[in-house]
Amino acid sequence: MTSSTPSSDKKGAATHAGPGEQSGQSPSHKLDDATFQQKPVLSVRHMRVEFPTRHGTLVALDDVSFDIAPGEVLGVVGESGAGKSMTGNAVIQLLEPPGRIAEGEVYLSGKRIDDLAEEDFVPLRGRHIGMIFQDPLTSLNPLFSIGDQLIETIRTHLPMNEKQAREEALKLLREVGIPAAEERLNSYPHQFSGGMRQRVVIALALAARPEFIIADEPTTALDVSVQAQILALLKRLCADHGTAVMLVTHDMGVIAETADRVAVMYAGRLIEIGPVEEVIRSPQHPYTKGLMASIPGIVKRLDRLYQIEGSMPRLAAIPLGCPFNPRCPHAQDRCRTERPDLMPAGAGQAACWLHDPVDPLPRLDENDTQEHAHVR
Amino acid sequence: MSQELQRADPTPVVAKPPGKLRTFLDSDIVHSWKNQPVVIVATLVTLIMFAAALFAPWIAPQNPFDPRQLELIDAFTPPLTTSDFTGNFYLLGSDSQGRDVFSAILYGSRISLLVGFAAVIFALALGTALGLMAGFRGGWRDALIMRIADVQLTFPSILMALLIFGVIRGFLPRSMHAEVAIIVLIIAIGLSDWVQYARAVRGATMVEKNKEYVQAARVIGLPARKLLFQHILPNVMRPVLVIGTIGLALAIIAEATLSFLGVGMPATQPSLGTLIRVGQDYMFSGEWWILLFPGVALLMLALSVNLLGDWLRDILNPKLR
Amino acid sequence: MCADTAIKQQPSPASGDILLEARDLARHFDVSKPWLNRVLERSEKLSLKAVDGVSFSIRRGETVALVGESGCGKSTVARLVVGLYGLTRGSLVFDGEDISDLSQRTGRQAASLRKRFQMIFQDPYASLNPLWRVGTIIGEPLRFFRPEMSSTDRRRRVGELLEQVGMSPMDALRYPHEFSGGQRQRISIARALSNEPEFMICDEPTSALDVSVQAQILNLMRDLQDEYGLTYLFISHDMAVVKHMSDRIAVMYLGRIAEISPSDQLFANPHHPYSKMLLAAVPSLEGVGKERTMIQGEVPNPVHPPSGCAFHPRCPHANARCKAEVPLLIARDDGSEVACHAVEEGRIE
Repeated sequence: MTSSTPSSDKKGAATHAGPGEQSGQSPSHKLDDATFQQKPVLSVRHMRVEFPTRHGTLVALDDVSFDIAPGEVLGVVGESGAGKSMTGNAVIQLLEPPGRIAEGEVYLSGKRIDDLAEEDFVPLRGRHIGMIFQDPLTSLNPLFSIGDQLIETIRTHLPMNEKQAREEALKLLREVGIPAAEERLNSYPHQFSGGMRQRVVIALALAARPEFIIADEPTTALDVSVQAQILALLKRLCADHGTAVMLVTHDMGVIAETADRVAVMYAGRLIEIGPVEEVIRSPQHPYTKGLMASIPGIVKRLDRLYQIEGSMPRLAAIPLGCPFNPRCPHAQDRCRTERPDLMPAGAGQAACWLHDPVDPLPRLDENDTQEHAHVR
Repeated sequence: MSQELQRADPTPVVAKPPGKLRTFLDSDIVHSWKNQPVVIVATLVTLIMFAAALFAPWIAPQNPFDPRQLELIDAFTPPLTTSDFTGNFYLLGSDSQGRDVFSAILYGSRISLLVGFAAVIFALALGTALGLMAGFRGGWRDALIMRIADVQLTFPSILMALLIFGVIRGFLPRSMHAEVAIIVLIIAIGLSDWVQYARAVRGATMVEKNKEYVQAARVIGLPARKLLFQHILPNVMRPVLVIGTIGLALAIIAEATLSFLGVGMPATQPSLGTLIRVGQDYMFSGEWWILLFPGVALLMLALSVNLLGDWLRDILNPKLR
Repeated sequence: MCADTAIKQQPSPASGDILLEARDLARHFDVSKPWLNRVLERSEKLSLKAVDGVSFSIRRGETVALVGESGCGKSTVARLVVGLYGLTRGSLVFDGEDISDLSQRTGRQAASLRKRFQMIFQDPYASLNPLWRVGTIIGEPLRFFRPEMSSTDRRRRVGELLEQVGMSPMDALRYPHEFSGGQRQRISIARALSNEPEFMICDEPTSALDVSVQAQILNLMRDLQDEYGLTYLFISHDMAVVKHMSDRIAVMYLGRIAEISPSDQLFANPHHPYSKMLLAAVPSLEGVGKERTMIQGEVPNPVHPPSGCAFHPRCPHANARCKAEVPLLIARDDGSEVACHAVEEGRIE
């Protein structure tokens, strides 16, 4: 279900599909259950993002490919600078200039969207792509009541009159768990607490019933107790509506309890992808393994945390071969010269020569993080 | 995303730190400078005019402040003309006293720049000191200083300068007026202009004093004086210097305005503003050069300094980048 | 009123002498509008009770953690202890000396006291003066506390400190912006170590860092503790980090301590309903796919805290007494102290 590339003839048709056609097509799309289940909602193929600077071109993302199925939550994790947020921004064409997608394709429900001009892309945001950001205040206009904002969003995207839209807005607010929704419709964003605001943002993101939602660090600004509420809400609603979610976060805990699959990024590359339980319980890439072992747990207490020596390379100085090789306990000659692509590993895929199906490299350091990994 | 990029980006971690000159030549400031022809021109014009003003005694054909050097018989010589009487060449013509306009502009911009710089430094020092105190100490000092600033802001600064100028002169005997005109001008313009420095410094101080590097210094018990001068002041100076550059252009214009209105520099020691005031009498009688050239000089000076200030503000303001 | 009771409830230290004793600490901030607005709008003076009656003690060589959600006052406690804020009420005793007036003491005469403790801050991007070289930053406490030291000796000492935190002595010549967040936090630690303190206050030292860097920093802090016998007051919102680092943990809620327990005890058997909820809400890698127990509601606005026990609106066990009466910390047999009427009355375990 995850690795089906849209066939080439579909590509040709999709390239020329205008936004008008899309909004006409999508509802019928949703009804067509049989075909729908097999096709990924979002499909990113060999995406490369470049930032031309006067010191040369920085490759911020290199050869990133993944799919998200209907109703699936794909977690994208990585440390700062790994390119996780940039992956999301590239998909929704919100890269900061001079960043640009240099290679690769992005498909939304089978239609190519990465080559759309800005004015053709704007109607997609909101209608087909919902967005949730870290700071709820950036998504809400402080000058309008949340009712006005919801009703306007609904009426922009769906054929409803004022009264129907108001009913819909009420329904949405109740759905995201806002008490006394009827009265709160007339409240302004500053009258809500942080957690309640993020609920309103979720309601806004869901208002046009998009098939894809991108959530970038949606709970990072919230306290743990509220975080749990928001994540559960997001997960439940998206499962109910069959919405595909790309959840970008640095927090493995958030991924663990929310995502179905997880994509791990390092230095602008996707280095491991797989079902969340598998990646957490038995990570395949040495970096993921180190990362998992370095997280303190609340069940067992260790004397020392496992630590990956060194730090992630800057974009201007990504080493040749595997980007992780200078920090990797298993690094060998091949890792320093030849770049590994994603290869089948465990229940998912990892970009590591240890998993080369033809000629796997031997592990150099057998007891590297094994004991730590078992503790998790 | 931009944050990630910025954090990942700055300066090599492996390579040896390059030399200071190379770092400077490779910096964003130099790069931005090189790519903006307008800024390059503004820089050149500013430098030339500063140099001309600074070296006026060596460049100018005559000293326009010295009545003995003026040839009354050469009055109203048009530009690019050699006088039939004295054989003096007048590049930009001469005025009613036979004063060489070119020399007058050189000496005049000297006074304009002197007043401008001195007034800015005075305003900057006063505003920074008051802003630091208001921002760091807070409480009634803050309230008092900022309320005075608010009241002063309700008057146009040129009106303020006029008022201060008049008040100071009122305390001085009439005989001293010409001698101390330049100092009175500096104080008047400086006093009318401290508010914006105080506001900028106060805001920046309130931000910096709560930053953790200042708190770390407080934890070791550093006295307030050291906190202010070692940590906070150097870190709030950047916006102040940008305002200062733009303020220089404004101070030059303020000086010209006052002199034009006849309350600034006396006609015996003309600044650019005085020259324009004198020149406007001859605007319609055919001696256009007496007004035009000082006017152009003032325009070029103020405009190029202003353009430089704008560019500095843009490049140094992290919010615009 | 809670001052006396709180002190009585302090357990006598079983082992080790007490380095820091905090009794009934309180800090109120004036958050009212400016005087003129108050007069015109007829509004009352408002005060935010950021910390309101917090008592705890720290034994030498021990790590005590303060944990809680935003607005619970944990960072304010840290700043009270190092004298960045003055006390509104209560007292602080450091190694037998009353230092309640610490915030007033600056300059040389306070040096002999202040050189004994140091603080590490949360934001590695704000905690170093951007205009200073790293060597100058690390040498600052030395210049102040040991003015007699020659600049050559000082430079040598700065080099040693840099090596101690895993960096190169050459880094002393660079500026902070040339380093990553983790490296900057190492520089902060080197600066804090330079005057050989006994007591280190760490305010969310790893919250701004990535997990792999966090592991490096936490390991470094443990190593330094072993080497120098440091005592830590460790502030964090992250339960897992707190468990990894500390011997005893105080859970704070709206300016008060809800429960203070030995670390293992708290995680194995939390008493206070809030501690239980906080633990249940932690996303855990150990239980992938497991639903977290949901906490209802959010932390209320601390300017208008609920009456009685501040947690009662969110507590499933709240009754009339909880709404009216502020619970005090009461010691239990298992070494924990809990401020909860329901626990005291035996209504819950």
